Amino acid sequence: MTLAQITASPSLGEVQRSSTLSRWASQHAAILLLGLVLLILPAVASDFIFVQVFGWAMILGIIALSLMFLGGYGGMVSLAQMTVAGVAGYMVAVFGASSLPYVSLFWPWWVAVPIAIAIAVAFGALTGALSARTEGIYTIMITLAIAAAFFYLTLQNWPIFNGFAGFTTIPAPIAFGINWKHPLPLYYLILFFAALSYVVVLYISRAPFGLALQGVRDNPRRMEAIGYNVTAHRVAAYAFAALLAAIGGILMVWLNNQISPGSTGIDASIDLLIIAVVGGLGHPIGAFVGAIIYVILRTFALDSLVAIGLDGRRFQTLIGLCFLAIVLFSPDGVIGLWRRWVARTRGGRSAS
Amino acid sequence: MATAFGGENGARVPARGDALGRWVGHHPIAALAVAVAIIVVLWLVLAPWPTGFEDVFGRKRLFINAIFNGVTLGALYFLVATGFTLIFGLMRYVNLAHGSLYLFGGYMGYEAGEWTGSWLFGFVIAFISCAIVGMAMQFFIFRRMEGQDLRQTLVTLGLSIVFSDLMVWVWGGNAIQIDTPDYLMGPTPTPIVVAVKSSGEAVFLQYPRVRLVIFVAAVVIGIGMWLALHRTRIGVMIRAGVDDRDMLSVLGYRVQLLFILVFAFGAGLAGIAGIVGGTFQSISLGEDSHFLLASLQVVIVGGMGSIPGAALGAIIIGCAEQLGQTYFQNYATVLTFVIMVIVLALRPQGLLGRR
Repeated sequence: MTLAQITASPSLGEVQRSSTLSRWASQHAAILLLGLVLLILPAVASDFIFVQVFGWAMILGIIALSLMFLGGYGGMVSLAQMTVAGVAGYMVAVFGASSLPYVSLFWPWWVAVPIAIAIAVAFGALTGALSARTEGIYTIMITLAIAAAFFYLTLQNWPIFNGFAGFTTIPAPIAFGINWKHPLPLYYLILFFAALSYVVVLYISRAPFGLALQGVRDNPRRMEAIGYNVTAHRVAAYAFAALLAAIGGILMVWLNNQISPGSTGIDASIDLLIIAVVGGLGHPIGAFVGAIIYVILRTFALDSLVAIGLDGRRFQTLIGLCFLAIVLFSPDGVIGLWRRWVARTRGGRSAS
Repeated sequence: MATAFGGENGARVPARGDALGRWVGHHPIAALAVAVAIIVVLWLVLAPWPTGFEDVFGRKRLFINAIFNGVTLGALYFLVATGFTLIFGLMRYVNLAHGSLYLFGGYMGYEAGEWTGSWLFGFVIAFISCAIVGMAMQFFIFRRMEGQDLRQTLVTLGLSIVFSDLMVWVWGGNAIQIDTPDYLMGPTPTPIVVAVKSSGEAVFLQYPRVRLVIFVAAVVIGIGMWLALHRTRIGVMIRAGVDDRDMLSVLGYRVQLLFILVFAFGAGLAGIAGIVGGTFQSISLGEDSHFLLASLQVVIVGGMGSIPGAALGAIIIGCAEQLGQTYFQNYATVLTFVIMVIVLALRPQGLLGRR
């Protein structure tokens, strides 16, 4: 699969025709529309739809975005991003509040959250330092081994991770006079961080660091020769991606109100890779597109499989087959399909 | 495999002993550390422990059992990981469906055993059925995306998801235990002293016969593979393919056929390992990712694409896992993880891997 980013550039005629503002708006019409829909969603949809479907999708999107950032811009497909999110989630439960008084320290959120994020970022940077010395396909092996090791650790360890039971009752904090546990504030909190991480990733992809990272992806030897520290760029990319994943992980714990080995296990890591690849590693929005497809499938596939007379328990096969179809026929994911469709319709319009 | 090729400038293929001597010459401190470690382990296993020693480290029986379990578990890991590393070495993609092949082999061997009542016949069925699946995967899918290693790896991932779900469908989620045949049941006495009675009489270790037999079988398979790789024509082709498959193809060898054969063999070994695993422990849902992880760790520690590396890595990981479970249960996986980290930090290509 080529990880090269394909940038869709508008045709010259279009550019000259329109003013700067309306041009910007037309280029980003889709994303602006999506943002508007997400903003007014709580007014029209039920609690279940906007929190458990869209909120959950945006959280997965943030974590998948960290994978997309590493894979798409850095060429490093890491399977440990869900693990980083899990580390942050577990640390919030350990340092903050939970139903386990003999493990949790019950520190206030403004202490627990930064500590959790710092530990997760350190863990992510360590993962990066380990895998950045090897290249390409080795990264998948090493990060998968790390993810699996963490999963078995959480499963076996009782003093810190409370074994397979994990932590329950981890409430979102009450801060600035708002109880973030309630669906509406939590939804907007998630939306805020999803939008923020999307914009930041988009910004970094065009900033010097992001450009250098893409250079490292395309030709590490040449970048080394020009004088860039390839390993340092890779580790820094891992650290930044870990920051995103940590935010996603903490939101995930607050939304689900629990964390256990199953929520950060091997299956979860692989599902995250599926989300990122199905969405497309070519553009940050791909992570969110993949996440919403995944969550909708996950929520409604069981019923619809039964409705058309199939066994609803074969949900995992359906996910696997969708993933295989995308990898086999559209390596750049749904975003790639969309771009090709746009290019074709645009081509058709200019020809007529 | 790694040592036999010698250095980059090796016009002459040096003998094995030669390479070992040169390695000792180049790394005297590492060689000394390895020698001391081997002597310490031998002493710990063979000598009766002094009384003060047992107070600190616990009973010797515990330690010896952990070591024996670790080494025999290592034999199982070797069977799984060697196919994985062979496929990786030749075809350059990570077969993340390898754990599914292991599980599939175990189930097929179980079915064959139930049907015919023969444990050994199960091995034949498991090998053949997994080899057929492997050949089909290579022929229908991977051949079509030659050189796109990331895409191939992602496809193996998708396949592993579908396979494991289909296997749950057929065999359900309950653990299945494969019965040990009567002639391998029961313990075998070994000449290792685990304790000394107050009367001065030595107590010898009794160990399950089936595990010892499997260990010997794994060693025989390992030596057989080494001989096949170094003494047969097809072995030369495989080694040449590992080094430069384009060149091999240009020279007129049928590389695709070779790929299919190697994939079939690696998958078949995973299938055999499935029966061994089902006899040692049990096979159930989730074991596929357990053994995929084991293969990954073995290959990362031992060296990617190297068969002696897989053997070394399997013993290290097997022992680390068992010792960890015996002595610090809550942090057992941390031990294997730390070993992996140390190896990656000092030798990113693995202990016996090549750059």
